[in-house]
Amino acid sequence: MRTEPLIYELSKPGRRGISVPEPDVPVQEIPANLQRDSLGLPEVSEIDVIRHFTRLSHLNHAIDIDFYPLGSCTMKYNPKINELMSKLPGYGSIHPEQDPATIQGAMELMYELQEMLGEISGFHQVSLQPAAGAHGELTGVLMARAYFEKRGEHQRRTVLVPDSAHGTNPATAAMAGFDVVTVPSDDRGNADVEKLRELVGPDTAALMITNPNTLGLWDESIMEVVDIVHEAGGLVYNDGANFNAILGIARPGDLGIDIMHYNLHKTFSTPHGGGGPGSGPVGVAEHLAEYLPGPRVAKVDNGDVTYDWYQPKHTIGRIHGFHGNFGMHVRAYTYIRMNGAEGLRQISEDAVLAANYMMNKLKDRYTLRYDRTCMHEFVLSANQQKKNGVRALDIAKRLLDFGMHPPTVYFPLVVDEAMMIEPTETESIESLDKFIAAMIQIDEETKTNPDYVNSAPHDTFYKRLDEVGANRNLNLRWTEEKAEELVAAD
Amino acid sequence: MAEIKSGLHYTKSHEWVKVDGDTVTMGVTDFAQSELGDITYLELPEAGDSVSKSEPLGVIESVKAASDIYSPVSGEIVEANDQAIDAPESVNSSPYDDAWLVKIKLSDSSELDELMDSATYEKFVEEEGGH
Repeated sequence: MRTEPLIYELSKPGRRGISVPEPDVPVQEIPANLQRDSLGLPEVSEIDVIRHFTRLSHLNHAIDIDFYPLGSCTMKYNPKINELMSKLPGYGSIHPEQDPATIQGAMELMYELQEMLGEISGFHQVSLQPAAGAHGELTGVLMARAYFEKRGEHQRRTVLVPDSAHGTNPATAAMAGFDVVTVPSDDRGNADVEKLRELVGPDTAALMITNPNTLGLWDESIMEVVDIVHEAGGLVYNDGANFNAILGIARPGDLGIDIMHYNLHKTFSTPHGGGGPGSGPVGVAEHLAEYLPGPRVAKVDNGDVTYDWYQPKHTIGRIHGFHGNFGMHVRAYTYIRMNGAEGLRQISEDAVLAANYMMNKLKDRYTLRYDRTCMHEFVLSANQQKKNGVRALDIAKRLLDFGMHPPTVYFPLVVDEAMMIEPTETESIESLDKFIAAMIQIDEETKTNPDYVNSAPHDTFYKRLDEVGANRNLNLRWTEEKAEELVAAD
Repeated sequence: MAEIKSGLHYTKSHEWVKVDGDTVTMGVTDFAQSELGDITYLELPEAGDSVSKSEPLGVIESVKAASDIYSPVSGEIVEANDQAIDAPESVNSSPYDDAWLVKIKLSDSSELDELMDSATYEKFVEEEGGH
């Protein structure tokens, strides 16, 4: 079944969306040898474009439509004032190569954001350059490498990663050239301290911990974990993707963490994915400040306050063109200013409360492997439902019929048939209850009518997709020939 | 219930091993394929590559996850199953027969003693399998 054609398939030669005015400067012909016969761009009218994308948007799910508890991703609502601020001409219409004297306001905002992120997390300095969480991780680990190289500690080749960490952590460490060693979890879901003691040594460069971890649990041994790694001479990296749980409550810098990245597109409400580029600033303790990527913004106070670019002394260099995704800096700055210190704490308290409320309402129906107070998210297992032939994937598909986005499934890997639920702080009790009721109904259906769950979704435009077929026969590039084949097959 | 064949040796990472003189054939177990779901991709070593016991020798991917395949023994790859690479779904339909993965020439046959027999593996799956 084909529904909305691609915009290329709507194309008709000569159709235009706008009329370009006659040039008011002399026309220069492009030399014939530099011209192409066709650019292959779609030719459509304005209303064709508007209808095409509006129809596509009806097939989509978004946080602006309904609940979106995609655990680990913190799909929080993006306040519209963020968008408004980022489009102010002084932010939206400037160029990074302008004379700094002409963009002092934008540079002040970057400086203030660096300072605010540092204050919220207890870090000495922050770089805004990295473009996403995993990019922030890589930046952090490259700084750790540069730090040990500078100190002549070339034997520090190992990065330890608890098995409850984000999957990107071991990938990051390997990409930066380190050997990765896994630290198992103990029976409360914390990093196993005794095992960690055995694993650290003179080869330890760093431990990459995700705290709160990917089970949504605060590591109860975090102070001890930090001490063990520091005593062995290593650094501690905290994956700050789950920072939304502890704003205004705990500061990783105060816990002795050396490096952390922030996900502005999670914690600080900038858009995810197709909504806008990510942003993953990195904060560091004082001994690592001179290794941060540059240029950074410095405040120069000679009676008159001005802002200028500067390179940290041992900088690992640029890790992004210009200064990172500046539009996201404006949005995050707006969010922090709109909420203030008390508001940020309230955000975390509400996120944690919502998650615990849901966890306690659902734990009699779905297996909760670690029955502890959770942070901003929690992980259930569908292993009881699996006995009736219903898997986490089927439950996720069935949830689509209720107009809600499913939770993350099959992650983390340490939980069988995992479903990772993160409500975020902005949901009302009615919306939490609606999801709980749907999950309870689905559990009933797994006993009374498992086939109905396994063939879901039933009420969406597209039904169950052939994910296996899509994976086995990758078909990623549109061509006219393929389009004609599809039309012929209709 | 996943099929566990008698007469084979098993690893804790859910590979099976069939011994034939100084050469072994290995693959992943029926339990492993049912946990992974529909297999979409296999990456295996080539003949002549050397492998070490408990070290990754390849990658198996399903719609759900990508996992390492661990070598049950140390030795040299004699042959990899190209048909399985071309038809990864055979791991789901025939994990013990059509979808054997590689043949390895043993460098230390005493390593076989560290593997489980079918009864021990069955118990292991019961205890570990449900998480």
